[in-house]
Parts: sequence; structure tokens; C-alpha cells
Amino acid sequence: MIRDITIGQYYPAKSVLHRLDPRVKLVATVLYLISLFMFKNITGYFAATVFLLTLIRISKVPLKYILRGMKPIIMLLMITLLFNLFLIKEGEVLVSVWILSITEGGLRNAVLMGVRLIYLITGSSLMTFTTTPNELTDGIESLLKPLGRIHVPVHEIAMMMSIALRFIPILLEETDKIMKAQIARGADLESGNILQKAKSMIPILVPLFVSAFRRANDLAMAMEARCYRGGEGRTKMKPLRYTGADRAAYVIVLLYVTGVILIGRYVPFRIWIF
Amino acid sequence: MQRMVQTEDLIFEYAKRDEEGNVIGSYRAIDQVNLKIEEGQFIAVLGHNGSGKSTLAKHLNAILVPTEGTVWVDGRNTSDGKELWNVRQTAGMVFQNPDNQIIGTVVEEDVGFGPENLGVPTDDIWKRVEESLRAVGMLSYRHHSPNKLSGGQKQRVAIAGVIAMRPKCIVLDEPTAMLDPNGRKEVLRTVEELRKQEKVTVILITHYMEEVIDADRVFVMDHGHVVMEGTPREIFSQVDRLKEYRLDVPQVTILADELRKRGLDIPAGILRKEELVEAICQLK
Repeated sequence: MIRDITIGQYYPAKSVLHRLDPRVKLVATVLYLISLFMFKNITGYFAATVFLLTLIRISKVPLKYILRGMKPIIMLLMITLLFNLFLIKEGEVLVSVWILSITEGGLRNAVLMGVRLIYLITGSSLMTFTTTPNELTDGIESLLKPLGRIHVPVHEIAMMMSIALRFIPILLEETDKIMKAQIARGADLESGNILQKAKSMIPILVPLFVSAFRRANDLAMAMEARCYRGGEGRTKMKPLRYTGADRAAYVIVLLYVTGVILIGRYVPFRIWIF
Repeated sequence: MQRMVQTEDLIFEYAKRDEEGNVIGSYRAIDQVNLKIEEGQFIAVLGHNGSGKSTLAKHLNAILVPTEGTVWVDGRNTSDGKELWNVRQTAGMVFQNPDNQIIGTVVEEDVGFGPENLGVPTDDIWKRVEESLRAVGMLSYRHHSPNKLSGGQKQRVAIAGVIAMRPKCIVLDEPTAMLDPNGRKEVLRTVEELRKQEKVTVILITHYMEEVIDADRVFVMDHGHVVMEGTPREIFSQVDRLKEYRLDVPQVTILADELRKRGLDIPAGILRKEELVEAICQLK
């Protein structure tokens, strides 16, 4: 069961979005996230919906697949909704039961905040669905490169990220193996309260850490043996190069962001209370 | 002929430490080793655990530098800091654990790691990656994740990663120790082909005697010393001494040896089953 955990939830498919330069996707995602908080009118939400659905369509990632990724945040979503629904007192009271009452403003805020959160998650997971972890690291390294001037070890951070990604499955497998070995020796990992359960993790964590350090040591030696000496003087096997499609994507995203903000701010259109 | 590797009175000592990290003495892992390895040869270094063979291997690409004495790799002194990266490029190294030496998350990216470090231009890297993967017969796996490969395949990828750096010499430090018999055969066949096609010097460190049958020269190590040196046939003919150094002599060799001791006319140093069959058939 431990191997079911997937990190870097890449969905392999052949689409325009998959082929885009990771830098474009990163920048676009950030802009998209910011834009979600820049408008108030419902017309903005319409525009965002159309844009998001079109992107999902283009990406060839099944909608079901994306919605499944929503599961872990349902709790958070619910709490946000309830807080908004009951605690904001604005305008006419719609329903009132005992001490709880729902106002127009409360309902409006709850629904819009919910939609906003869902769009936020959907948009950013669309990026991780269409970008391999490697491309993502490359993109981050390249975008953060200017920080190198103020002595931020950008290359090293990116290298650590990609090594971590490489070793996650290996360490998961190892955890599984250690757990089985300890269970075979009579370790009880299931019963007891939280404190006892946490205690029973010690015989798993200690060997796991020891082995992780040993692997790190071996890997460092292997990297040095292959002439690794940091980012300086290093060339890239897969350098990032912008193509026409990437430039077009930048333009489209900029158009969308300005469009959605303008529409969402200056096109008044109301349905009921929204 | 140019010597690929030469060591002169090589000594390496580990500092022994107590629990607080104070030095309480030293342990001599390698003691007065003199090696001469010619270019293009297939060299095997045999020894049981703790004989110093891995420590010796690490000296050949300057991961360790001698406490005393000198190591020359392709005419370069490994103790010379300026030559460090040249030494490491000249003598590529393959390690024991296949998981702990693969850096890339995709096979082809891992093979490209070495050339990237050397600053090879991008187009050239792709050419080298393709050639190296083809040389080890892993080209069809280039887009795979290393996690999904078998141990033998991972080791072949690791070998490809080394040859992509175009070394003159490949040091394999117990490359088959963690593999199953099929994986071992796979890796050894790959090494054999490389040796024939790329004409690189191969130094194979191992404790499996079966693997050294085809070597040009064999060195046997024990307690940090080189205790035997010669062709596989010369080495294998001294079964009793090999057992003394705790090496697993192949069954055929033992059988042939026992038969000879019982007075049968069988030559010493039988390496293969076929040879023994041949020798027995010649008996009257």
C-alpha cells in the first residue's frame, strides 16, 4: 500500500500543454493563480471557467483524473465554506435556524470562495499533470537563476530536488521492506493509541535513516567519480529553449489575465445575489 | 607501451577512531602494493572481503589518494590536485550497488550526467548517450525509469554512464556482487564486448573466481598485500594457496586438482568444464 503514494503526479499524454516549456507553464500558473484574486464580478468567474475547461480539454488529461486529485482538500474546502457561510453577516438574512443564520453576503462569499479554491487547485495540478518532475526542476532552476547573483545556490537546490525525486521510490520500497522485517520479528505497528503507534515507528525509522545516509554517501562518491563538481562549467543534455508555441502561450496567458481582470471588474452583470 | 596504471609502494592507512572521534591508531588497508597495468589489458583483482581490493580500486580514480607512495593513471599522478578531474575522466568507475550510482530519473539522462559534468556540447552529449547505450545493449530502454529495470540492466546503464565519458580505463568494483546469476552473466558479457570493441583497459575487482577466467592478468589480494600475480591458469593451478586466501575456487578446478592428486594425468590450472572433459577423454 505504501507504494501507491505517487509524488509528482505526471499524466503521460501527447498534447500541446505537455510539450510546452516548463518555464512557460510555471509562469503561467503563477499568473493564473494571482488573477483569480483580482476580480469580484461573476463575469470574471465565467471567463475563468471557460479558460480552465479549454485548457483541460487541450491537455488530454481526463477530467475525472483531475477531480480525483481534489479528494485530499475536501476537508479544507468544507471548513472554508462553513466559516464563510455562517460567519459573514452582510445584507438580507436568507435562512435562520436557532442561533445560526445565513445571509446573502455569507452565501455569496462561501460559493465564490469555494469556486476560487477549486480553480486554484485544478489550475496548479494541471501543471503538474502535464510536466514531468525533471522538467519542473529544470524550469525552476532556470527561472531562479538570477538569484544565483546573490549567492543562492540555485543549481545545488535543483540537483537536490531531482535526486530526492529519484530516491523517493527507492526509499519507499525500503520502508516497506523494513516494516515487513520488523513485523516478522513480532513488532506491533497497528494497535495502541497515537503515542504508542508513534513509538512503534522508531524501529522502522532508525534503520531507514541509517540506510539513507549510506546511500547518500555512495551516491556522492558515484557523482564525484563521474566528475561532478557543481554547476560551474556544466553543460545541459536537455537545455530549455523557447519555441514559437511557447511564445504564443505567453501571449495567450497575458491576454487571458488582462482580459479576465478587466471583465471581472468592469462588466457588471448579476444573477440573483451573485 | 604506455602504462595505463602504475602504483609505486602504495600504502593507504585509515585512521581508527574511538567513540569521541579521537584518533587511536591506524589501520593499513593497503600495504606496499606495486602494480603495472598495460593499456588495453583485462585485469582482475581477486580477494575476499576486507582484503583491500575495493580500497585499491578507489585509488585508481582518485576518490582516495595514497598515504604513502604514488599512483600513476595514464601518466598522471593521482595525488596532484590539478590532475584530479583528468584522472577521473581517464579511469571511469562502476560501483557495487546499482541503485546508489544512478543519478538520473530517466535512463538517458543518467548516461548524460557524466558528459554534462565534463562540459561537452549538447549535440555531442546526445551522440555519446546513444552510442554508449547501444554499446551496452540498453538503447531500447532509454526513456525508461531506472527504478523499473532489473539489477543487471541498472548495472549496464551505470557502465554506459561511464563509457559516455570516453575513459581509457574502466574500473569495476564488484559490479556483480548484488546481482542474481542472470544479472551477473549479463554484466560480464557486456564488459567482455566493450573490451573487444572499445579497446579500453578493464580492471575488474571481484571475489568470484569464475569471472576472472578470461583476464589477461590476475592479482590476488590478502590483508592489503598483492599475494599472487599471473595469468588465470598460473593462479588457478595453485588451488591450496587460493583456499588459504579464502577464495571460492570453481568446482571444476577443485575437481581437476583432486583428480590430479589421486594420480590422474590431468594438467594443472583447469578453468572450464570443457577443458576438464577434454583432459579426461585423453586419459587411457
